Amino acid sequence: MATAAVSTERKNYLNAEYGIRSWLLTTDHKRIALLYLLSITFFFFVGGFFALLIRLELLTPAGDLMTADMYNKAFTMHGQIMVFFFLIPSIPAVLGNFLIPMMIGAKDLAFPRINLLSWYIYIAAGALYLYCLATGGVDTGWTFYTPYSSLFSNTHVVEAGLSIFIVGFSSILTGLNFVVTVHRMRAPGMTWSRLPLFVWSHYATSIIMLLGTPVIAITLLLVVLERTLNLGIFDPSRGGDPVLFQHLFWFYSHPAVYIMILPSMAVISEIVPCFSRKRVFGYTFVAASSIAIAAIGFLVWAHHMFVAGISLYSALVFSFLSFLVAVPSAVKVFNWTATMYKGSISFSTPMLYAFGFIGLFTIGGLTGLFLATLGVDVHVHDTYFVIAHFHYVMVGGAVMGYLGGMHFWWPKISGRMYPEGWGRLAAMIVFIGFNLTFFPQFVVGYLGMPRRYWQYPPEFQVYNVLSTAGASILAVGYLLPMVYLLWSLRYGKPAPDNPWQATGLEWKTPSPPPTFNFEETPVVTWEAYEYETMPLPDEVTLER
Amino acid sequence: MSDRAGTGTTPLAVEHEDRPELRHHFADVVQQRNAASLGMWWFLGTEIMFFGGMFCGYLVYRRAYFPEFAAGSKSLSLIAGTVNTAVLICSSLTVALAVRASQLGKRKLLVNLLLATMFFGVCFLGIKGYEWHDEYVHHHVPTFYFNAHDLVTDNPNLHLDPQRTKIFYSLYFALTGVHALHMIVGLGIFSVITFMAWRGRFSPEYHTPIEIAGLYWHFVDIVWIYLFPLLYLIDRRPGA
Amino acid sequence: MAEHMEHVEHSEHIGSSSFYWLIWAILIVGTVLTALIARVDLGAFNTVVALLIASCKALIVVLFFMHVKYTSEKMTKAVLIAAVFWLLIMLFLSLSDYSTRYAG
Repeated sequence: MATAAVSTERKNYLNAEYGIRSWLLTTDHKRIALLYLLSITFFFFVGGFFALLIRLELLTPAGDLMTADMYNKAFTMHGQIMVFFFLIPSIPAVLGNFLIPMMIGAKDLAFPRINLLSWYIYIAAGALYLYCLATGGVDTGWTFYTPYSSLFSNTHVVEAGLSIFIVGFSSILTGLNFVVTVHRMRAPGMTWSRLPLFVWSHYATSIIMLLGTPVIAITLLLVVLERTLNLGIFDPSRGGDPVLFQHLFWFYSHPAVYIMILPSMAVISEIVPCFSRKRVFGYTFVAASSIAIAAIGFLVWAHHMFVAGISLYSALVFSFLSFLVAVPSAVKVFNWTATMYKGSISFSTPMLYAFGFIGLFTIGGLTGLFLATLGVDVHVHDTYFVIAHFHYVMVGGAVMGYLGGMHFWWPKISGRMYPEGWGRLAAMIVFIGFNLTFFPQFVVGYLGMPRRYWQYPPEFQVYNVLSTAGASILAVGYLLPMVYLLWSLRYGKPAPDNPWQATGLEWKTPSPPPTFNFEETPVVTWEAYEYETMPLPDEVTLER
Repeated sequence: MSDRAGTGTTPLAVEHEDRPELRHHFADVVQQRNAASLGMWWFLGTEIMFFGGMFCGYLVYRRAYFPEFAAGSKSLSLIAGTVNTAVLICSSLTVALAVRASQLGKRKLLVNLLLATMFFGVCFLGIKGYEWHDEYVHHHVPTFYFNAHDLVTDNPNLHLDPQRTKIFYSLYFALTGVHALHMIVGLGIFSVITFMAWRGRFSPEYHTPIEIAGLYWHFVDIVWIYLFPLLYLIDRRPGA
Repeated sequence: MAEHMEHVEHSEHIGSSSFYWLIWAILIVGTVLTALIARVDLGAFNTVVALLIASCKALIVVLFFMHVKYTSEKMTKAVLIAAVFWLLIMLFLSLSDYSTRYAG
């Protein structure tokens, strides 16, 4: 198998069957992963378009590009699309779906038809959201706060709410599939302590999906009922309680941010040992920290409500618990760093994204502690400081992890190598663009610029201009992989089975893998990350 | 450890030929059944959280507006609620007996018990529908000419706020409505498996759909077991 | 085929029909009891007793009708306990806000 067979010659999951029906009715987890890849990429660009509108408006202090109402719609839909239709599905639905069965030595997930159903549900929800968008959009802020959303807003709250209600079930079914798969489908010898950390992290993510998503589902349903039936359960003038909505909303939406970051951490846990040629430092602690993040993440939700009118005593409790949740995340960062210590580091594209992740996630995470501090939060709540914080973790963290993972597993998914030079260039452009976009936002937020305002005092303009400039650089950084990854499908070097000489069962399959992954069920007798026994990757592969 | 994938004892090809219901990605039927069971239990876990959101809302408002909630609760028919609870318990019995019949390969008994379960389910919905109609006639359905002044005048000492009673009824209809929706879905599922049972698709070796449908049905029963005291029995003390 | 039969019978518990009727009877009695006790003035304990009986009924359904008592699958119990625990987290932590609002 010296020169890897070009994908058209050998049967694999891509050429096993042709025709649109074979894709739309597939139950192959790898094909479903690609269906998701196309869908979430589409929504990423729709959400990105709204980001563009926001940043263009904010170039000048005056509200001169669009009306205030239009601006409200722009930031609402940017947030909802990015959170619900991009970030939450992204890594689990694309990389998780593709890799988890292979990583545990299984032929498919436990419930392949439910996997396909979850994609259909996602598409149906996406279509409803696009309909909402096309007929005028929604302007409540991504958080749907009542009573504005339940009573006063004149926009398409019902459609948006129902669409997110529906997409929640896509998430729940994905989580269900992963949990049952990891429990019941592991190959002989694949014990829990030999599982790749990617699987541990996705398992923790799935627990959150299962226990948290139903709550936002019922909450949005109640808002829809309130709006259509004029109930009054969230209307203060009729005895209703808007803070109750916030409790129910954030009970899910805080753990949701861990749904968004844990899979990214999963990717980093695979990339770092590979490009350090060392096993992960403290495997048990990293695995346990995933579970700890999932568990403690459910106990902190009211830190979004410190100034909403909750009691001081409960605010103290939630503030304390929020400090606690930072600990397992820090454990991961320390362990990745310790993994790299005295390792043999290569600055490949995935590793560049991993470096970016570790640095930017640390900044984002630490600023989260600022926000968990009650006194500071009173000052910076609802300012750009908060926006910078969550973009550091969501974009600097989650999206970088996603891109790193896409590059790392691209050879396996497509059977092609991407051009390494362009990969590194794009990674650096993303890093520079990202920091230029969001670092000024920490400063201007701390100085007092409120979020969700379409005009601002002139003294804040320089920060906004820097931020918009950064955003345009970031956009280039995101477009580049679109171009060269597509290019590589046709012109990229055919990929060997294991271009990175990485550990993990997925690398023991051909690139791209056959439909049923393994000819024979593997029997595992080795620990995860046994890099000391692996040869070094081909210099040619790394320096392409 | 029962978590381990497959039993690894039966050669793959033989098992798959022998057992047409065995799907290709499972090693053996035990693994498939355990996966289905765990999947349904997790799904029920999500349903606990789904109903849980409404229970949270109920808890908050009941503490805040106890007199209105008590008055609203008293306006519900205690007889209907108690009978409905008993009806669902009967349906849980028939479904447990149905699972047993499938384990023993008794096809006719299985079909009859599944039909009985559905019969009780329909009874429940019928009684619920009658209650809702009654509440509609008394103007206690939010949106549909809602007017809770009869409650206010019936309890002059309590000085009830009609807006707050509307919150009770909103939660009552949301909870019982979502519960009824789950019952209807359950009836749909049971129609399908009853048909499959009638066609002889189940045996002592393979009756997983009956088991997991049964789990779902029991869950819907348990939700009602909690809804009954929470909605109907807030304050039924004589003279209260 | 015999091997499969053994496998099935070994891993599945088959309850006796009279046992299920007994459980049914206990649940019906519990229901009637709940309704009757509601008419007795126990003050704040009315709610506690009603929910206690409801929880016993639910537990009986889970253990015997849903076979949790007889399963060797640890995950089943783990999932159930986790979901109930999570529900309690949501209820109690929310309550920690509402019950301390006007304190002090």
